Amino acid sequence: MSSQKLHVDSYERGWMIFSAILLVAFAVAVSVAAFGMGIQVPAPEQRVDPRTVATDPNSPWSNPGLREVAPGKYDAYILARAIPLWEYLPKELTVPAGSSVSFYVTSPDVQHGFMIQNTNANFMVIPGQVSKLTVKFDKPGTYNFICTEYCGSGHAIMYGAIIVTP
Amino acid sequence: MKQYQVSAVEKKFIGSHLLVAILALAVGSLFGPLQAFEHAGWDLYQYLKPLIKSYYQGLTVHGVLNALVWTTFFIMGFLTFNVIFGLKRPLKNLTLNKVGFWMMVVGVVAAAIPILANQATVLFTFYPPLKANWAFYVGLTLVVVGSWVEGWGFFLTYKDWRKDNPNERMPFIAFGSLVTTLLWQICTLGVAVEILTMLLPWSLGLIEHVDPQLARTYFWFTGHPLVYFWLLPAYISWYAMLPKQAGNGKMFSDSLARLSFWLFLVLSTPIGIHHQYVDPGVPPTWKFLHSMFTFGVFFPSLMTAFTVIASLEHAGRKQGGSGVFAWIGKLKWNDPAVASQLLAGLLFFFGGIGGLANASYNVNLVLHNTAFIPGHFHLTVATAVTLSFIGISYWLVPYLTGRKLWQPKWAVIQAWIWFVGMIIFSNSMHVLGLLGAPRRVPLGLAPYVPAEWNSRLFQVGLGGAILFVSGAIYLIVMYKTATNKERVEEEVEVPIAEPMQDPANGPIWLDRWAPWIYGALALIVIMYGPILFDMIKNIALTSPGFRVW
Repeated sequence: MSSQKLHVDSYERGWMIFSAILLVAFAVAVSVAAFGMGIQVPAPEQRVDPRTVATDPNSPWSNPGLREVAPGKYDAYILARAIPLWEYLPKELTVPAGSSVSFYVTSPDVQHGFMIQNTNANFMVIPGQVSKLTVKFDKPGTYNFICTEYCGSGHAIMYGAIIVTP
Repeated sequence: MKQYQVSAVEKKFIGSHLLVAILALAVGSLFGPLQAFEHAGWDLYQYLKPLIKSYYQGLTVHGVLNALVWTTFFIMGFLTFNVIFGLKRPLKNLTLNKVGFWMMVVGVVAAAIPILANQATVLFTFYPPLKANWAFYVGLTLVVVGSWVEGWGFFLTYKDWRKDNPNERMPFIAFGSLVTTLLWQICTLGVAVEILTMLLPWSLGLIEHVDPQLARTYFWFTGHPLVYFWLLPAYISWYAMLPKQAGNGKMFSDSLARLSFWLFLVLSTPIGIHHQYVDPGVPPTWKFLHSMFTFGVFFPSLMTAFTVIASLEHAGRKQGGSGVFAWIGKLKWNDPAVASQLLAGLLFFFGGIGGLANASYNVNLVLHNTAFIPGHFHLTVATAVTLSFIGISYWLVPYLTGRKLWQPKWAVIQAWIWFVGMIIFSNSMHVLGLLGAPRRVPLGLAPYVPAEWNSRLFQVGLGGAILFVSGAIYLIVMYKTATNKERVEEEVEVPIAEPMQDPANGPIWLDRWAPWIYGALALIVIMYGPILFDMIKNIALTSPGFRVW
C-alpha cells in the first residue's frame, strides 16, 4: 500500500465544490425559512396518559372543541380516535375569517395523522403526546382535515372540517 | 486470462437467495397494481375477500415482500457473490452463511403466516400501538439476525484474505460489499432494540404497554440507513460493473468511489430523525440538526453521480461516441443489464430531487405522509434499486445457472415498460401529494376526495397497469431462463470495470476501517445519544395494544 495523496480530477473537483455549495445553499434556505420566516415544525407540547385522556374530567379532551381565548384567537382541542369509529372529535369547527387557531390534538388509541388541506398544518398524532400547531385562517371556506397515518380499517373515512366564515 | 471460478456449491447458494427474492417480488408485486387500481376506482380487493380481507392487508403484503424481503434476499445474495469473486476465495465458513440464510427463510415464513391470516395488518412500518401477532415480530427478527450471521461470514472471509494479502488494496466490489454489510449491522440495532425490548415481549403478553414515540425513534434509527442498505449494492454495480457492460468503460475514480462509501457509512445513520419532523415528542433542535446532516449525506450521492456518469462516458467514447451527449447513444442499450440500470439511474435523478424536498425540515410540512412519499420511494427503492437488481439478474442468473438468458430483447422491453409505467405512476403520485392527498389510503373509498384529483388518480391506475405488465414479463423471462435448455458455451464473464488509475496508488487512509467505524459510532452517539437518553429516562409505557383492522 502506498501513502499517496488522494487524486481528484479537476472536473470532479469542480463538481464536488459545486455540490457542496448547492447543499449549503439548500441548508441556508431552510434555516432562513425556519428562523427568519418562522415556519416551524411541531415541538413537544405536553404528555398525557392515552388511557384516561378522553375520559378524565380534568383533561380538555374529555370535552373536545373550540375555546376562544382572546378576540380572534382560539384553542381547538381535538381527539383523534379509531375506537369505536374512526373520527375526529369534534368533526367540525367554525371560526370567522382572520382567526388564529391553535390546534391541540391527541389520540386515546393508535397513531393518527392530522393534515389541514391548503395550509402548512400537518403533523403526527401519537398516543401519549399532544401535537400543537397554530394556523391563521384569512380566507373564508371549508378546510378539510384528514388522517394521514394508517390507523385501521376505517382510516380512509377519518376526516373533519374547519369552516371559516366571512 | 481465465476468471476466478466460484464453486458450484456457492453458486447454488447465491442462486437460492435470488430465488427467494424473485418469488417475494412476484407475490408482492401482484398487490402493487391492486392498490393503484383502487385509486383509479377499480376496486379488485372486493373479489379477493376470502383470501385478502382489505386494501390494508394487501398493502402490508406489498410493502413487506417488496421493500423488505425482495431487497434483503437479493442484496445478501449479490454481496455473497461480490465477496467471493472480489476476494477470489471461497467463503471461510459456508455452513455459517447457510445458517444465516435459513434463519432468514424461516423468518419470512414466520412473518408471512400472520400477515396472510390478517393477524398482522400493520403495514411495513408496524407502528405501535397497532399490535400484530407475535410471530410477525419473531419473523422480522429472524430475517435481520440471519442477515447479520451472513455478514459475519463475510467478515471472517475478509479477515483471512487480509492475512494472506497484508499489503494489497481490496478489490472494489468486495470493499463496497463489506462496507454495506457493516452499515447494515450498525443501523439495524435500532429496530432490534425496538422489537426485543418492546414489541416482542408486548405481543407475547409479557409487558402490557409500550411507548409509541420512543418506538418510532428506534424504528427510524434503522429506517433511513435501510435506504442505503438498498442503494449501495446498486451503486457497487453502477460504479464497478455497469461501465464495463455499457461499452468496456473503466471506473473513473476508484479512490473517490471508496471515499463515498465511507461517507455513507459515517453519515447515513445519524440523520434518521428527518423522518420525524412532525412528531410531537421530538424537540425541534434535534429535527434541525438531523436535517443539516441529511444534506450532508447527499454529498457522497452527488460524487457517485459524477464518477458513474464519467465512467459511462468513457464507455460511450470507447464505442466511438462523441459530442457532449451523443456518446450516450453509443452505450450498449440492447444489453438488458445495461438498459435496466441506465433507466434506473435516470429516474434516480428525480428520486434524489424529491428526497431533497423531503429532507428540507419545514418544506416537509406540506409533504409528510402525502402521496408524494410513495411517489418518491417508487423512484428510489422501486426503480433505482429494483430495476438495477433486475438488470443485475439479467447477467447474474445466466452466470449462476449456466443457462442462456431467454429472449434478451424482451428483457430490454421489460426495462423500458417499467420506466414508462413508473414515470406515469410516480409523477401522478407526486402531484397528488402536493395537492394534499394522503398516503396509505384507499382513495377510492375516501369521502373527502375532490374532483380535481380524479385525472391524477386515473394515471396512478394506468401506471400501475403498465408496471404490472413489466413485472409479468420479468417473471416470464426469469422462469424461462432458469429452465432454459440452451446453455451458455462458456461461463458468463463477470463484468468488472477496472479503475483508470492503479488503485494501489490511492491514499492509505482509504483502507483503514477503524477511523471510519469510530467516526460513524461517534456521530451516532452525538446525534442520537442525548435524545434517546432523554426519551428512555422519561419513558411512558402507557399504550396498550390495538387490533383495529
